[in-house]
Amino acid sequence: MIKDAMNRRQSLKLMGAAGLGTMLSASGLPVFAGGASAGRVVIVGGGFGGATAAKYLKRLSPSLDVTLVEPQPRYITCPFTNLYLGGIRTFETLWHDFTELREKYGVRVVHELAEDVDVDRRRLKLAGGEDVSWDRLLLSPGIDLRWGALEGYDEAAAEKAPHAWKPGEQSRLLRRQLEAMEDGGTFILVAPDNPFRCPPGPYERVSMVANYFKNHKPHSKILILDAKDGFSKQGLFMEGWREHYGDMIEWVGRSNDGGVMRVDADTLEVETEFGTVHKAAVLNVVPPQKAGFIADRAGVIDASGWAPIHARSFESQLVEGIYVIGDATQAAPMPKSGFVASTQAKVTARAIIADLGGDTPPEPSWVNTCYSLIAPEWGISIAGVYEVHDGLIREVPGSGGVSPMEADRSFRRKEAEYARAWYAAITQDVWGTRFAF
Amino acid sequence: MRLAQMIKWGASMQQSRKRYIIPVGLLVAGLCLSAGVMIAGMTLAEPENEYEAVIGEAAPEGATPFEQRIQMIAMSCAACHGTDGRLQTAIPLLAAQPAAVMRAQLLAFKQDQMPDATVMPRLAKGYTDEELEALADYFSALSRKANPGSAL
Repeated sequence: MIKDAMNRRQSLKLMGAAGLGTMLSASGLPVFAGGASAGRVVIVGGGFGGATAAKYLKRLSPSLDVTLVEPQPRYITCPFTNLYLGGIRTFETLWHDFTELREKYGVRVVHELAEDVDVDRRRLKLAGGEDVSWDRLLLSPGIDLRWGALEGYDEAAAEKAPHAWKPGEQSRLLRRQLEAMEDGGTFILVAPDNPFRCPPGPYERVSMVANYFKNHKPHSKILILDAKDGFSKQGLFMEGWREHYGDMIEWVGRSNDGGVMRVDADTLEVETEFGTVHKAAVLNVVPPQKAGFIADRAGVIDASGWAPIHARSFESQLVEGIYVIGDATQAAPMPKSGFVASTQAKVTARAIIADLGGDTPPEPSWVNTCYSLIAPEWGISIAGVYEVHDGLIREVPGSGGVSPMEADRSFRRKEAEYARAWYAAITQDVWGTRFAF
Repeated sequence: MRLAQMIKWGASMQQSRKRYIIPVGLLVAGLCLSAGVMIAGMTLAEPENEYEAVIGEAAPEGATPFEQRIQMIAMSCAACHGTDGRLQTAIPLLAAQPAAVMRAQLLAFKQDQMPDATVMPRLAKGYTDEELEALADYFSALSRKANPGSAL
């Protein structure tokens, strides 16, 4: 594919850029300028952020030369992985491919690992040895796990005590362990401190595991050991847990000695800050995280491990011409969610086009809605609309918030239905996936 | 360009698509070249991949900052309502719905006057009344389906 791109550029050069320029100026649209396209945008990452950016860049400006670099032939979403873990959704329904981007939008999709960034020469180096030039680089690399941040938790340990926080084989491993667990066992989830990918994720996960236990292993217990003293949609989760699972789920916050310091993946034991040892039948460790490694290679992350960005465009504060979106960024108060990555992608696509064309992009507006399922017919949500104010991102005053407490069953049922509809909609919007209704 | 014109522009996809056939055709010509296909005399080929409604051509000439902002907000609605608001699930589609109804609904969401509402009251409060009305008009003017031949 890279070779094709080279050939195309060479071909255009050979056949004479002047002729093209004339024809295009007749159309009144600056599609090719000086024998090149309107601009070359290279995107790293085929998830909610990167795939959305690729699609909307081409929708907004079809003449752009857009390359998407994503090592996997299909993307597996983190959202709804918890439903798979709870046994109410098949793994295959979480898979999305790049056919629409390639065939309908003309995005060049390269299934290789982006290995390094040559900032000075504006080239992205791929693991296969080729490299790709960009006018603008957009990184949407998601997260990497901080191996070793928890004593004893490294890649080898994750084969016994999965994180399942980057979906794939880890998700299957955790599901197999839950299925193999004997009734009466304890499932322990170790939750990280902020910031991390998908703030309500750990709590939806235990909800879905509890639903599975309730139906198949009713004597089992769930313990959440948390590195913080509060979590997203906490009141709603706890209300739902009481309603559906009685006292099956116990949450221990940091102040109550929930902070895990050490993991022993062989014995499935964890040790807390104050020396308490808990033993699990199935141990799920969600470790501390940082921006995906290519962001580090590009020099766009700071000591926090995340990428500081200019609020209006999401251009890196550290490297000009490189944009970063999604979980990898410091974009608080926007959460690290797939929805947010996608909305950021749209605003940033517009900003990149403005930057390449020398005009001014509209005032940004971002939105987020995160649904969580507590039971198959019991959904809750958090939503927010975001803007730039005094150079910083903030939630629009008076907007946003969580589902009401003590809502009736039909309200929760409706939000569960909307959660499933949302998944169908966003995966249609991002990858062109079509679910039957 | 006035908002009404922009919406008309967005709605009349058949006409506006023709405007884009030239650049898209060239793009396809370029791709064909990369595949080693020679196009005699650079005839503009009918594009293989017809782009569906391009809701936000970067900056339709003369679009005001407000109009461009409406396009941007409209894109964000797609995360729940499908691209161009064309997906019908438990969450309603937006494309080609009556503008007056959508205007009234969006304002009612914002004022907590929609019975059985869930997430929309929280979202609608993030926009001005003017923006909500313009969004209603924008989606109303879109066709129910994308261009013939489009897979969407």
